Amino acid sequence: MRFALIADEARVPINSDADIVSARQKGRELASHCGFPSTDLAVVATAISELARNIVRYAVHGKIILRVVDNHGKRGIEVVATDDGPGIPDVALAMQDGYSTSGSLGLGLPGTRRLMDEFEIKSDFGKGTTVTVRKWKR
Amino acid sequence: MQVPILKQGAYLIATVQSALTDEDLRQLRDALVGQVSKVRARGVIVDVTALDVIDSFATRTLRDVAHMIRLRGAETVIVGIQPEVAFSMVKLGLSLEGVATALDLEEGLAYLNRKVKGTDHEVRTHR
Repeated sequence: MRFALIADEARVPINSDADIVSARQKGRELASHCGFPSTDLAVVATAISELARNIVRYAVHGKIILRVVDNHGKRGIEVVATDDGPGIPDVALAMQDGYSTSGSLGLGLPGTRRLMDEFEIKSDFGKGTTVTVRKWKR
Repeated sequence: MQVPILKQGAYLIATVQSALTDEDLRQLRDALVGQVSKVRARGVIVDVTALDVIDSFATRTLRDVAHMIRLRGAETVIVGIQPEVAFSMVKLGLSLEGVATALDLEEGLAYLNRKVKGTDHEVRTHR
């Protein structure tokens, strides 16, 4: 589903763990500019952190796209994390709490889904992964 | 961004001052575990008041710090987790199980004072 785009989108290349920090700071700034309450700023920043780390850990290179979107007068922030890495062989398995192939806690994807209002994942094995999440202003 | 570690009596106090990358977190972990033995510290406080995000990697690293330091015979307390950070951590599914936490530096020091006192003549047992 596409929503009306408000203002320009911000693109943050993700190539190293320092980029994880810049991506979540940009996201927080954008959400703050949008008027989200402080709890939601932390929520959005944490979700971006998890998505960006997945890129660094599994795909090495990718990007985070941040957008302010509008759905019939309701403002929201959209975060797209996209890479052309190896893809996820079993998305259903990757969405389970505690499942990880890298020795991490395995909470990144299922946790991000809990943090945000909307969550979409598209992964082509061998081609890459795109995760789109949205948080709407209450 | 390196995290300064101060020695205050028998304790080490690490005060995080800005956002940390994964590498900064690993360095903090290694520095604390190393310093505890070097200065024979009895307790460690990690002050995370300045952190606006504690994600899964940060949580795991803080947990590792506390567990490693306990194995070295000292106690760790994490202080200053902000309310909105706590909210995000719980939503994400993260917990600091088995790790002591306190509201702020003052409470953290009080916790260590209680914990470290009285262990002088006791054999420590792992929880």
